[in-house]
Amino acid sequence: MNYPAELKYSKSHEWVKMDGDVAVIGISDFAQDALGDVVFINLPAEGDEVTAGESFGDVESVKAVSDLICPVSGVICAVNEELLDAPEKLNQGAYDAWIIKVENITDQEELLDAAAYEAFCAEEG
Amino acid sequence: MKLIFEKSAPGRALSLLPPCDVELVALPEELVRETAPALPEMSETDISRHYTELNKNVHGVNCGFYPLGSCTMKYNPRIDEEMAALPGFTQVHPLAPAYATEGCREVLETASKYLCEIFGMDACTFQPAAGAHGEFTGILLIKQYHDARGEGAKRTKIIVPDSAHGTNPATANMCGYQVVNIPSAPNGCVDLEALKAVLGEDTAGLMLTNPNTVGIFDENILEITRLVHEAGGLCYYDGANLNAVMGVVRPGDMGFDCIHSNLHKTFATPHGGGGPGAGAVGCKAHLMPYLPKSAMMGGEGIQVRSFAGNFLVVVKALTYIMTLGQEGIPEAAKNAVLNANYLMRKIQGTFEPAFDRTCMHEFVLDLSGFKKETGVSALDVAKSLIDYGMHPPTMYFPLIVHEALMLEPTETESRETLDWAADVFRQLYELAHKDPEFMHNAPHNAQIGRPDEVRAARTPILRYQKAEA
Repeated sequence: MNYPAELKYSKSHEWVKMDGDVAVIGISDFAQDALGDVVFINLPAEGDEVTAGESFGDVESVKAVSDLICPVSGVICAVNEELLDAPEKLNQGAYDAWIIKVENITDQEELLDAAAYEAFCAEEG
Repeated sequence: MKLIFEKSAPGRALSLLPPCDVELVALPEELVRETAPALPEMSETDISRHYTELNKNVHGVNCGFYPLGSCTMKYNPRIDEEMAALPGFTQVHPLAPAYATEGCREVLETASKYLCEIFGMDACTFQPAAGAHGEFTGILLIKQYHDARGEGAKRTKIIVPDSAHGTNPATANMCGYQVVNIPSAPNGCVDLEALKAVLGEDTAGLMLTNPNTVGIFDENILEITRLVHEAGGLCYYDGANLNAVMGVVRPGDMGFDCIHSNLHKTFATPHGGGGPGAGAVGCKAHLMPYLPKSAMMGGEGIQVRSFAGNFLVVVKALTYIMTLGQEGIPEAAKNAVLNANYLMRKIQGTFEPAFDRTCMHEFVLDLSGFKKETGVSALDVAKSLIDYGMHPPTMYFPLIVHEALMLEPTETESRETLDWAADVFRQLYELAHKDPEFMHNAPHNAQIGRPDEVRAARTPILRYQKAEA
């Protein structure tokens, strides 16, 4: 399992990378492994407002459908629509397959650093 | 194996029909189809062989143990089929005059009376075609109730625990409600504080199954339904797990206002092949005005399906109830609970239960520790069971348990079968520690090994299409 040190993580298994004022968001390697093969993804639209702790879309794997929980509040400025046709990219490289980018950030969930997140995942099993 | 369409030979039709005893009528031009339907043309011998071959390739309750959690794969007594095959039931037309359908109406009335007694409800409809349709009907009853009281606009939320069947939030959503998910307490039951936190003037209702999806009876049920009622909401009982409590405790007495029951599960009519099912919906007196009524039962009003629903499934369920009777129904429930506890304790020590306490009719194994230790997943274990002639348990459900395997042995299995099943699990536990690779590639003796689930989900082929010549 891979936990890049330059990223922050939410307890609902999303990763966040700050690129200036923009938050780039995806799901962690742990999340994609737990989900299994992802077959569909539902994405929000550019310009949508998102709220920290609330769903901004969902992923469907061969096991289940799971909500994507937004770690920050703000406005979506980019959506990775490539994932609609190739959701398997989430499995192939969780940290390359960003899902949304959020700007005008007003709030954020409590985020973990890589070491704390790795410990959290170990506990969750 | 070839599809029946691929076995078809042009002109090899079965046309041994009796002579027509009514005058031939020509259809109006606009109703006549332009091309013939592409139906398979086969001899009766080949059709018989085709279905016998299909039969060999599937695993049913008649073939062996089928502990598919949450699905109640119990044995369906032959007498149910015999009753449903009586010509008086199969040859009847739903639009026949009342004097010709008296027997059928008596079946519906009697079944309704017995089910109301088992549910603890005041009225019942058989219109819904199966479980999810029953849920949909039940939540619409709740919606009508709030609308009639002028509270429909403000009561916009349905509360669903995170352990619920996926159909619950889907139903609430289909009925136009906002779904509020509440986390389960560490024991898998409803977290009362979490419930209190979301209850309010916007609460339309709560959807719950008890025992819940991890096979635990929620001991706070009276307090839960009281709290929901206090907030002005109603309580919906998902009858998915009714097999554990039928004849022992009644959902109506737990405080629920309405219920659906999958007659095709709990009351032993065949299921699992895509139907037909029957999702009977029962309700208390205050919801009765909104209950769908069928013309056949002399009622008028909203219908959610044509006529009396899947009538023959009701005949089978009534036969089951009358065969077991007042003593047999609770005994079946108690044996279902006993069998589940017996199997859980027999398996314990190898695979561990997610909740180490007395269960109801089913239990969940948590294989996350085992997977960490051996690399063998719940999926690998499920696939390996096929080689032993056992149907895999439900996998990766409920979502609140990681690497879950959910087993429901049902009351119709003998102690010998349960001992054998526990032994198979023990063997697989040992095999996983010795040869995990072997299990990653299981099953080894089945017709189909591991289907491409990703392709099946993303580009499903749902009907036969003739290849272009």
